[in-house]
Amino acid sequence: MTDTTSSDGHRRRGRGGDGEQLTVPPADFSSYYGRPVLKPPVWKHDIAGYLFTGGLAAGGALIGAGAQVTGRPELRTVGRWTALGGVTASTYLLVHDLGRPDRFHHMLRVAKLTSPMSVGTWILAAFGPLAGVAAVAELAPLLPQHGVLGLARRLAPPVGHAAGLAAAAVAPALATYTGVLLADTAVPSWHDAYPSLPFVFAGSALAAASGVGLIAAPATQTAPLRRLALAGATVEMVGGRRLERLGLTGEPYARGRSGRMITAGRVLLTVGTAAALVSRCSRLLAAIAGAALVASSVATRFGVFEAGRVSARDPKYTVVPQRERLDEKNGPAIRP
Amino acid sequence: MPHANALYGPLDPAPDAGYVDAPPRMGFFTDTSVCIGCKACEVACKEWNLVPESGLDLLGMSYDNTGALTANSWRHVAFVEQPRSTGQEIPAFEGQPDGPSVSPATAAVGARTSSDTGTDPGLPPGSPAAATRMSAGPEFLGMPGAQPPGRGSGAQGRTDFRWLMMSDVCKHCTHAACLDVCPTGSLFRTEFGTVVVQEDICNGCGYCISACPYGVIDQRKGDGRAWKCTLCYDRLGAGMTPACAQACPTESIQYGPLEELRERAAARVETLHERGVPEARLYGEDPNDGVGGDAAFFLLLDEPEVYGLPPDPIVTTRDLPAMWKRAGLAAMTMAAVTVVAFLGRRP
Repeated sequence: MTDTTSSDGHRRRGRGGDGEQLTVPPADFSSYYGRPVLKPPVWKHDIAGYLFTGGLAAGGALIGAGAQVTGRPELRTVGRWTALGGVTASTYLLVHDLGRPDRFHHMLRVAKLTSPMSVGTWILAAFGPLAGVAAVAELAPLLPQHGVLGLARRLAPPVGHAAGLAAAAVAPALATYTGVLLADTAVPSWHDAYPSLPFVFAGSALAAASGVGLIAAPATQTAPLRRLALAGATVEMVGGRRLERLGLTGEPYARGRSGRMITAGRVLLTVGTAAALVSRCSRLLAAIAGAALVASSVATRFGVFEAGRVSARDPKYTVVPQRERLDEKNGPAIRP
Repeated sequence: MPHANALYGPLDPAPDAGYVDAPPRMGFFTDTSVCIGCKACEVACKEWNLVPESGLDLLGMSYDNTGALTANSWRHVAFVEQPRSTGQEIPAFEGQPDGPSVSPATAAVGARTSSDTGTDPGLPPGSPAAATRMSAGPEFLGMPGAQPPGRGSGAQGRTDFRWLMMSDVCKHCTHAACLDVCPTGSLFRTEFGTVVVQEDICNGCGYCISACPYGVIDQRKGDGRAWKCTLCYDRLGAGMTPACAQACPTESIQYGPLEELRERAAARVETLHERGVPEARLYGEDPNDGVGGDAAFFLLLDEPEVYGLPPDPIVTTRDLPAMWKRAGLAAMTMAAVTVVAFLGRRP
């Protein structure tokens, strides 16, 4: 009857990529044949893609409304089409990811505050049509001057303005609820990051939409986008600074493929923002900055998504923190 | 007005879900100290509930050919072999030839094996490094060898050993994360306090799968929907015992009103402690634990993680109000910085 806990299981872990010492306990723990305790998420890359397109749509709607209010018509058009494109792609990705896509409308049976996915469904149900109306209203100049269609031509701009403002009012919820969507799971690296994820996603959404604006809108109207890219980058960097410092469950944000994606996202964000700030005189530089910002958002979303999957697949991330919490509460484990 | 403990803490779930005059909460008490690993529960469950086949080959994890709870296995009998005595005062193999049958390397091999369970994620591979450590480090016995334990190793290398067997099942939590996060209302609370998926509603969004702190619920391939133990809701409605408990030949699986099961379990632990099995402990019976107590709870002979159970699960929705607050703050920040960016001076 001896306690035969192995000592060879002690390995030094927790050197972050930036050389910072992280306090991570040695991964010496019991398990059932090393099998994961949790079921890794069944969500495919559709959902990582949706995190990006949903954020892009939200950012686009905000830019569209900002441009509308400050009298920048080309930027307004770009913002509104970004919002519609983003939300259309989002809807496709979300339905495509379902095990039973033909039953997507079952989401509309209930409204549940305890289910971030239900809340998100209703946010999308409100945002989608508004973004659609705002974008389609941009087509008004293509209509004839007279007749019934002429009336539509005159009515479209005010309707589009109202819809654009309403979409922008819903947009921040669309960009940030996805942080709760991931965090409200048993997936260790997602759940433990719940204070950070909405900020990371909000910043990433603004950066991505600013990027599209920098690529597509004329240089005379993109001054606010340069400031918005900087603001988005700041929100994302400050909000996400604690991801790798979560302790053991922060490890996937710093290491492996998921860690590399997060790092790539930050590098692209820094480069893109810096380029955006000095791109006033160069259309080419603005486009490069925009592409970097969009790519940064994609990398960050896929990185966060992957980090969660990694943490659910390895029993270490489930067992070690829970065992520590339990031992703190009850004293060390009873060994036979 | 929601109950103060609606998201966390002790609660009687059926009245909280709106049932008036609900019957007593029903559950399982699975006493692993008398489990013989016959898997009658797995078979009875499949037969009654028409659960599809999920692979028959042994996985290299002792006599386990199921691996984990999946959409196609609603009971899973876990097997762990340990180089320890059974906890009785007189070691079971004192003076008998026994000993390590195989090396920890086989446990590592076992961790990588798989079986087509017909579900997603089903039975993902484990971590071989963690498997070699399992519960007893390098002395872990692993897969049974071709010979009886100890026959090939000589008298000097012989040690005592024991088998842990446990029939795992959905815990039917008081605070069920799967139910909380389900966006279609497919998962619901029954009048017996159990948690059941309505297969005509589920659209396979997969949220419940990531939310379950025990890794129970899973998605059936081809079908696309999530499936798990219903605690034989149809049988309960007819006043019958769930199939697994009915089939269990040793009463390792006991079914009944939760109050009564908790009393019975406490008495059983006391008996085992008196008989010299100090490691006997209950898992999931405490209404003050992170999920408000489980309707299906266990008597274990080692730490929960040895059986593949989380040592201290907490329902994720406990933190949901804090999460929504953070999201609200982030949303306001997002709106504010946009206003500021557009307010700036025109170039």
